[in-house]
Amino acid sequence: MVEVFALGLLRGTTLVLVLATFLMLGSIASQGARVISWEFLTTEPVEGMTHGGIFPAVFGTLCITLLMILMALPLGVCAAIYMVEYAGGSKMARIIRASVNNLAGVPSIVFGLFGVGFFVLFLGRSLDRVRGTGLLFGQPAMLWAAATLAVLVLPVIIVNTAEALNAVPRSHREASFALGATRWQTVRRVVLPQARSGILTGSILSISRGAGETAPILFTGCAYFLPRLPLVSLRVPFTGLSIPMINPLDQFMELSYHIFIMATQSTDAAITRPIQYGTTLVLVGLTFLLNLGAILLRIRYRQSIESA
Amino acid sequence: MGEQFVELILKLNGFVAIAAIGLIFVFLFKEGVQAFRTIPASHFIQTTEMDFDNTPQTVRMWQPVGTNPKYSLLPLFCGSMLVALPATLLATLFGVASGIYLAEVAGKRTREVVKPAIELVAGIPSVVIGFFCLAVLASLVQTAFQTTFRLNAVVGAIGVAFVIIPVIATMTDDALRAVPTHLREGAHALGANRWETIVRVVLPAGASGVTASILLGMGRALGETMIALMATGNAAQITANPFASVRTMTATIAAELGAVPQGGEQYRALFLVGSLLFSLTFLINLFAEIAVARMRKRLAL
Repeated sequence: MVEVFALGLLRGTTLVLVLATFLMLGSIASQGARVISWEFLTTEPVEGMTHGGIFPAVFGTLCITLLMILMALPLGVCAAIYMVEYAGGSKMARIIRASVNNLAGVPSIVFGLFGVGFFVLFLGRSLDRVRGTGLLFGQPAMLWAAATLAVLVLPVIIVNTAEALNAVPRSHREASFALGATRWQTVRRVVLPQARSGILTGSILSISRGAGETAPILFTGCAYFLPRLPLVSLRVPFTGLSIPMINPLDQFMELSYHIFIMATQSTDAAITRPIQYGTTLVLVGLTFLLNLGAILLRIRYRQSIESA
Repeated sequence: MGEQFVELILKLNGFVAIAAIGLIFVFLFKEGVQAFRTIPASHFIQTTEMDFDNTPQTVRMWQPVGTNPKYSLLPLFCGSMLVALPATLLATLFGVASGIYLAEVAGKRTREVVKPAIELVAGIPSVVIGFFCLAVLASLVQTAFQTTFRLNAVVGAIGVAFVIIPVIATMTDDALRAVPTHLREGAHALGANRWETIVRVVLPAGASGVTASILLGMGRALGETMIALMATGNAAQITANPFASVRTMTATIAAELGAVPQGGEQYRALFLVGSLLFSLTFLINLFAEIAVARMRKRLAL
């Protein structure tokens, strides 16, 4: 009797949790779906941001995510390869592991503080002083926001990559060494091909984490409203053509920041509620697609490891 | 030659990773400690002020703007606790229950649906949950409890609980699944039913892991920024009333850093708040790690 009741309670609690989640997502989806249209996604906000679309925010999110990947992914993957394949159980590996674990628990707003203190004010202002550019680097910009996010996702990437590398059986490496392969040949030809999808899964998860963060970019580059896209035209030599390029020294609009300011600092939060729901649905959709991709990839990867 | 070059490059990356982490620590505390240069340490607890009829009054307020700025950290700490503790409590109830359900009760099929669903919740950006709290949950709570303020600590705590339930649930599930099967079989052989096995055998064996999950959840709750900023009402005050508007340490940094001049008194005070936050979460995570290590050791025996 007690058993039936207790197990039922566990089942019920889990059910309540799943239901609450679906209610929350369902209400966001149903309210947001009314607003979302091709026009909403491709036009700028107008009339003091009470009407119009969210294209600059979508564009800014894609740009900053791209920059973040460029900075964090090679660094994190290389550091993990060194930690697992070269340093082994040495002191260096232990230091990397300990600091990475600690970094993973640091609150995201602390990364924001760090971004302002280190990237914008220290690094940026020093660059300005050295290059004599006045105030070019030493102010909030996409470059610094992306760098702050990169530091935030770095430990996630390292931990996930290390896990994927450790899952490759030791015997495969030993077989490769026995055939006369060097360490790098072993890593490149034996370990990395097997760990590839694991590394990819972890990277996608960390990217989705970075794309949804707001606190670290509050002060490092986000703009309330920007009448232009953060673009600069680069002139191609000898042709007279110019091509648009992301300008990393410009400020930008971003989806999660857009939700935050529209919900709390908008001129009329009640009128813009539909826009807020729409923006939220776009952000949720974006992170869900990334997460779902990672989860599916992981299931396939587990199956391939089990069958091997 | 190429071999050594590759190793050097990889090693450099390792160093940069460590350097990034070291720099956070250095920059945070370097700025934070400087707050003590202009503000006496006791002022971070309380200040004494003359009343209008010249009687000394003890003031515990966070009011960094004005002719006579006050930097008591007590209201902020109180706010953080008033959000993080109820959130941890709520998340422990739901998270541990679902963790046990996933590991011990659910069939393989259910598990394969529920676990990814919970992981998917973990991927929801916190600003989305903050927005939901602000737009929907706050009104529900106000109608249900007839509160004076629409945005208050409880609304924030429920939102934060949503963020940390997946952390606690998945870690509890992992910890309980690490308990060897033969312990369960032994209990069943002695005539224990499933519930008795869970309570008397599996939970005690996995207790350290479950504790670690709760601690990590609490660390996350203390550090949660966007929900605290959007849903708790942002009024720095010392109170024990969970339906009062409060302001957490994280929300204070997020709300004020954008408007302060660099290198000023308030700028440093905010970095001090950040250092405090960093140290608190660091300690909590350290305890969690010790708990995990203890469990590994016990189960290996």
